[in-house]
This record gives sequence, structure tokens and C-alpha cells, in this order.
Amino acid sequence: MKDHIVTSFGEELKDIATRIVEMGGLAETLVKESVTALLKADSALARKTIEADRRLDEMQSKLEEMCISIIARRQPMASDLREIIAAMRISNDLERVGDMAKNVAKRALAIEGEFNSKTLAVGVEHMADLSLEQLKAVLDAYTSGDLEVVSSVRNRDEEIDALYNSLFRQLLTYMMEDPRSITMCAHLLFCAKNIERIGDHATNIAENIYYMVSGSHLPIDRPKSDDLELSAKA
Amino acid sequence: MAIDMANTTSETNAAPVAQDAHSASVSTATSKIKMRGQDVCVYYGDKQALFDVNLDIRQNHVTSLIGPSGCGKSTFLRTLNRMNDTIDICRVEGDITLDQENIYDPSIDVVELRARVGMVFQKPNPFPKSIFENVAYGPRIHGLAKTKTDLEEIVATSLQRAGLFNEVKDRLDEPGTGLSGGQQQRLCIARAIAVSPEVILMDEPCSALDPIATAKVEELIDELRENYTIVIVTHSMQQAARVSQRTAFFHMGNLVEEGNTDDIFTNPNDQRTQDYITGRFG
Repeated sequence: MKDHIVTSFGEELKDIATRIVEMGGLAETLVKESVTALLKADSALARKTIEADRRLDEMQSKLEEMCISIIARRQPMASDLREIIAAMRISNDLERVGDMAKNVAKRALAIEGEFNSKTLAVGVEHMADLSLEQLKAVLDAYTSGDLEVVSSVRNRDEEIDALYNSLFRQLLTYMMEDPRSITMCAHLLFCAKNIERIGDHATNIAENIYYMVSGSHLPIDRPKSDDLELSAKA
Repeated sequence: MAIDMANTTSETNAAPVAQDAHSASVSTATSKIKMRGQDVCVYYGDKQALFDVNLDIRQNHVTSLIGPSGCGKSTFLRTLNRMNDTIDICRVEGDITLDQENIYDPSIDVVELRARVGMVFQKPNPFPKSIFENVAYGPRIHGLAKTKTDLEEIVATSLQRAGLFNEVKDRLDEPGTGLSGGQQQRLCIARAIAVSPEVILMDEPCSALDPIATAKVEELIDELRENYTIVIVTHSMQQAARVSQRTAFFHMGNLVEEGNTDDIFTNPNDQRTQDYITGRFG
């Protein structure tokens, strides 16, 4: 695309994009480290993650401020407008991803040492890997503008949901078998839910990238199994 | 919605379009075509200024024409009420119709055409007469008022519709040129609507006005849309986005893209439109 006549406008847009990528990188790290802290019972890492989330929050509010200022000063149009709106939304999602990671880290501190089931650990780890893959894929798509990746990310979210549902059943079984495990299992269930939510945020980001690049929206209905329905059956 | 008008052109209102006049995103696909330009080419001497422009102007819509200087948007606007006739070297080819009637047909009375298709210019240009006379002039020469009371009524209604009445009602005898710029422009709009036109052409009507006066004129444009069809040339993209339902983008004498204003400003089809409205023209 051609450069703006007003070069500082172009530079501001570039700056915004750089900041999104930076935020994305930090969000990924937070998720990775929070899950490691949970699985390895590493409380130092958990504390570090909790602390680092604050930086992500600051980056988000700074970016939002910049976007608002650009809208006020430059009245962006067409692709520029979509870019800025998408950046605001994506930064919101990334900030939420950070919050999810922080919550996992807090729970890692809470159940430190009690978490000793290999099967559950594998399930959580697998979910986290998938969510991270999704997050990485959308962040790459943000830079490349690859719409195929965007659609596939949205469709793959189903896998994470399915994993969450099976983990949910496993945890229920554990809790029923041994009431002493309820505290640990409840925390773990929230951790799993958090990770599942990270997948949802990745999907949101994918949708926003699709809008930013194409100017139209992905169809709203996507396959989703309802976990409420599932818990009623269980 | 419909204020009773002196010349409600019954034949043109045969198919009233059900729509919320204040909704920005009206369905434009089904609206009646008020004016239509087909394969319009305009030449100034040997120089061709417009190339095969095909553009429909929809009834009770605001259509904005945007594009860089010299792109032909004002030229096109001026073909719609044959203002180009006043330029000797100007030649117009193609068809331009008003309610399916070719306005370049020899049988057309140009003076009557310009009463049906009125115009407001960039710089407010009130006559050096009183406020009352500025508005009364048109109806009087077109014989629209039979009595003095009729004329006074037309003047009052026009000033009211132009949103100026309350500001000037106590000084209708004072010269129009004594008003502020924004008031003068609204006076010119009152003058244009006093002859009950069907279409109003506006050539950058706000470019000489401050933001408050601009806002008043824009508010007025939105209200006038209920009763008139409006075509506006503007250099302000934001203004086009604010006031119009349809936007046409001209570039180097060609109509590049025309569509719903919302679409043009969020997701234009043509790269040139995109480059222009985002400020990337190099």
C-alpha cells in the first residue's frame, strides 16, 4: 500500500502495529510461564507472571490512548479506521489473555504441592499447548494478513473446547472419588477454564484480523458444544 | 414528514419510498432515481474534463461527490442544471435526465430547469438587497405568489426551513449582506428553496464557514432531505461521511466508485478510493 501523504500518520499506524505484536509476545510468555508454574509447582515463576501482567495492562491502556488520539486528530477512514479499531479490540483481548494467565499463576500458588496427578497434568498441558498455538497463529496472521490462517484458527477452537469438556469430566470424577481433592480440583477446573478462554480470545483476535484485512465479518455462527449442557448431563 | 409544498410534483412522487429520513443507513437500493447521468462526457474546448460518467441521483437522498481538485466533480454537478451552458467553450455529451426527461433537450426551458434544480455555491452570494427581497426574488419572477400575503408566507416558510427565520425575523428589511457568513449561506439556501426546487445542488457549501455555521448547514441538509434531493460537492471527507447516504468518488474525470456512504468510508472497493480517502494520494 502507498504511504500516507502525512508521514507521521503512517508512522503512528506502524507504531500501533508494533505495540500489538509486542503485547502479543508478552501475552504468549505469560501464558507459557503460568502453565509451567502450575505444572512444575514453581511459585517463583508464578509470582513473576503475576507481576508481569501489570506491564501488559499498562501497554494496553497506552495503546488505547494512542488509538483514541489518532481517531480524534486524524479521523481515519477505510483501512486505516479498520486497523485502529482492530488494534483496540485486539489489545483488549490480549490484556484479557494476560489476566487469564495471571489467574492461573495465582491458582498455581494456591494449590502448590497438592497437584500430583499425571493424567490431569497432561490434559492441562495439552490444552495450554493448543491455546498457545492458536495465539501464535493469530499473532502471525496479524502481521502477514493471511486470512486462511484466521479462518482455520477459528475452526480449531473447537478442539480446545472438547479438551476442556473432557478435563471437566475427569475432574468431576476425581472430586467424587476423593472429596479431599476438591480444593485442588476446583482450582484446576478454573485453570482449565482460563486456558479455554484464552482460546476464545485467540478466536476473537482472528475475527478482528479478518475484519481489519477484508472489511467484512466472518459468519457469526461457529460450531460450539455447550459446556452447560454437558455439566447438566454429568 | 411531508410539509405541504407549493409545487409538490405529483407525477414524480408516484412511488413514495418508505424510509426513516433520519436514519443514516437507509436502504438505498430500492429508492427512486431522481436524476440520471448516462455516458456523460464534458469538454472544455479540446480538453475532456469528464469521461463517460454514469451516475444515478436518488430521490430524497444526499449524494456527495468527492475527489481531488480538478477531478470533475464540480463539472458533473454543473451539468445537472446546465450551469455549464454559461461557459462558451463547454460542450456536454451523453444524457442527463430529470424524472426520465432529458434536460439537454432543445424543448427544455433552462430557466424553469434551474428552478427545479436549484444551486447553492461555495461562497455565500446574497443579492445586495434586503433579507426579504433575497428570498422573495425567485418566487416573484417565477410567478409563484399571487398576492403579497402569499409571498410573505413563502419567504417565512423558506427562512424557517433554512433554519434562519428566528435569527432574522425582526430585521427582514436589513440587507442580506449584513448577516454573518453562516447566516448568509443559510439565506442562500432559503433563496434556493423559495422556488420549491426538486433537487438542490451544493458546491462546497461549507468551505467558507466556521465549524458552528458548518454544523448548522449540515443539520439543515439532513432536514431538507425529507423534501428534496440533494447533491453536494465537498472537499471534506468527514462532511461527506456525515451528511450523505450515497457517495461518488471522481478521479481525473472518471467516476471511480459510487456506493453507500457507509461502505465507501469503511470498505471501499477501488484502490484509488481507498488511497484518496485515507490520504495516500501521491
